[in-house]
Amino acid sequence: METSVENELITRNDISLRVITSEKIRDIVKGIKRVKRSHRQIRAENVFRRTLVIIGLAMVVLVVGIMLTLIVQSIPSLKALGIGYLWGQTWDPVRDVYGALPFLAGTLLTSFLALALSIPFSFAVAIFLGEYYPKGWLANLLKNTVELIAAVPSVIYGFWGLAVLVPIVRSMEASIGIPSIGYGIFTSSLILAVMVIPYAASLGRSMIQMVPSNLKEAAYSLGATRWEVIRSVILPYTRSGLFAGVLLSLGRALGETMAVTMVIGNTPLMPKNIFSTGNTMASVIANELGEADKMVYNSALIELGLVLFLVTVVINMIGKKVISRFTNE
Amino acid sequence: MMTTSCNGSGGSKADSTASGEDNSIMGAGSSFDNPLFSKMFSEYNKSNGLKINYQSIGSGGGIKGLTDKTVDFGASDAPLSDDQAKAMTGPAIHIPVTAGAVVLSYNLPDMKDTLKLTPEVLAGMFLGDIKKWNDPKIQAINKGSKLPAIDIVIAHRADASGTSNIFTTYLTKVSKDWETKVGKGSSVSWPVGLGGKGNEGVAGTIKQTPGAIGYIELAYAIQNGMAFAKVANKSGAFITPSIASVTAAANIDIPADGKVSLTNTDAADGYPISGLSWVIIYQEQKYNNRTSDKASKMLKLIQWMIHDGQAFSSALNYAPLSEKAVSVGDAILKTATYDGKPVLQ
Repeated sequence: METSVENELITRNDISLRVITSEKIRDIVKGIKRVKRSHRQIRAENVFRRTLVIIGLAMVVLVVGIMLTLIVQSIPSLKALGIGYLWGQTWDPVRDVYGALPFLAGTLLTSFLALALSIPFSFAVAIFLGEYYPKGWLANLLKNTVELIAAVPSVIYGFWGLAVLVPIVRSMEASIGIPSIGYGIFTSSLILAVMVIPYAASLGRSMIQMVPSNLKEAAYSLGATRWEVIRSVILPYTRSGLFAGVLLSLGRALGETMAVTMVIGNTPLMPKNIFSTGNTMASVIANELGEADKMVYNSALIELGLVLFLVTVVINMIGKKVISRFTNE
Repeated sequence: MMTTSCNGSGGSKADSTASGEDNSIMGAGSSFDNPLFSKMFSEYNKSNGLKINYQSIGSGGGIKGLTDKTVDFGASDAPLSDDQAKAMTGPAIHIPVTAGAVVLSYNLPDMKDTLKLTPEVLAGMFLGDIKKWNDPKIQAINKGSKLPAIDIVIAHRADASGTSNIFTTYLTKVSKDWETKVGKGSSVSWPVGLGGKGNEGVAGTIKQTPGAIGYIELAYAIQNGMAFAKVANKSGAFITPSIASVTAAANIDIPADGKVSLTNTDAADGYPISGLSWVIIYQEQKYNNRTSDKASKMLKLIQWMIHDGQAFSSALNYAPLSEKAVSVGDAILKTATYDGKPVLQ
């Protein structure tokens, strides 16, 4: 964040203009005057700064540690199965043959389908709460309800999916003439879509509320309609924030285990279409790790965790790139 | 709910207090055994004051706990594999404690009679070769009823479990095709079907899906009033799974080490998809500073479990051990030693 001081004004690229009223602060900012501080104050400042650095570094150590653990524990599987693990299509614990592709495909299919289904809803909620009705009982009700969606434990979604969505999807499949099972990728995506709505919606709402009112007022004063203000002022101004919300949603969808495993059908086969059954990486790990007594089996499951970890890292990195491109424009 | 899923987080939860206080015993393993064990241990605690802490973390977890010596005994629905036995520091002994069965539950709304299945048909269905309920092979053994022309939907366990192990062991014995294409284990590569988590997951899939058939534990099926099929055994008789037919299945010659699979039993009135559950301990009880007092307390407990403890089986829908199994169990218990000397006389 660049700060420059000119003609009694501090300009920062994220805050438009601000007048400095106090002489004293102006001198400090300009570097004219030094403030006297006691040794104790300086020491306390240093201790505080160091604590922050240590806590910050601890996060880095933690993530690197998790990654190292995954890598080290995956070594037996990496040695036994090699790189072919990634595109192998058979998962057979009896014969010690492991391929991650069906689960990788299951994870990506369910997550991106869920994202596509959820975006219209989460953006609508964000715009409605951020721009149309930021206050009032209806807004509060909607806001709290959406937040509650994020707070409900995932096993409850799984149960609801099993009891309600599976029969609905089954009769829908029957009416369009495909094998009607009700379980599968599509049902999981529906459940996930509901679960991830609050992440993009909440972030989007606060971003939209942060759009400076002078920008909006300027647009209105030029005769723009509400829709035009949303399209030409609010959405361009908030798109990096909205995208960050979508990224959060995606992260949630990638790692969801319980709700998915209850409705996806848990088939270790390549999904043929979005209505077929499948399985995700998180769900396979949760189901099989407890009794994986053979070394390569155990290690292959951990390698599945490593792949999931890397998929999240890559998606996050792409996301960061996209966000920074949005912001620079 | 009677049983929970068989997956768990390994033996890590069982900390190293295994050789701590002398009036408590640590055990871990099979979740199938858990309801029975809870009842047995609370009764034993009332009469003998011994505290038994049993963690229902799945058979694999129990074996791991025993290998790491974090528990005093493990409980498993499958005997140790060669690899597992090799990983142990000393020879382990298997004492059969109870028996259970795996039943085929189905959802055929218009079916009045009990469905009958032969091993060939069962393997054909689970391999995906028999796809429709009105397949002539199924119709031929259910002459009295008209089977619908709907798809067969297979339901199996998604989590690794001893129930799957018993069922796939049975299919491996009765079908060459199954043996070569799939094999046996607590989790296998299912050629067709939907996976459900735990007995309740499979049961849920069956109840919800018309045309579904899947395997669940007998106790769970009885408690939840689910329809289950009669299965033809080795002698060709169609047997209804029940506590009596499971006990009958175990009434065969059991080898001296207690390790026998009851699947596809030779007993003429036995239900073919039955299995024993074992308590597994080290034969030499002197390890990790264990006292001889503790060893003898634990062995007396196991002895009580296979004798007086069996009285609690039927009420909880477990099959009591057959006489032959009890006498083999007694003989095995007597081989346990402390510092080379037998613990039980």
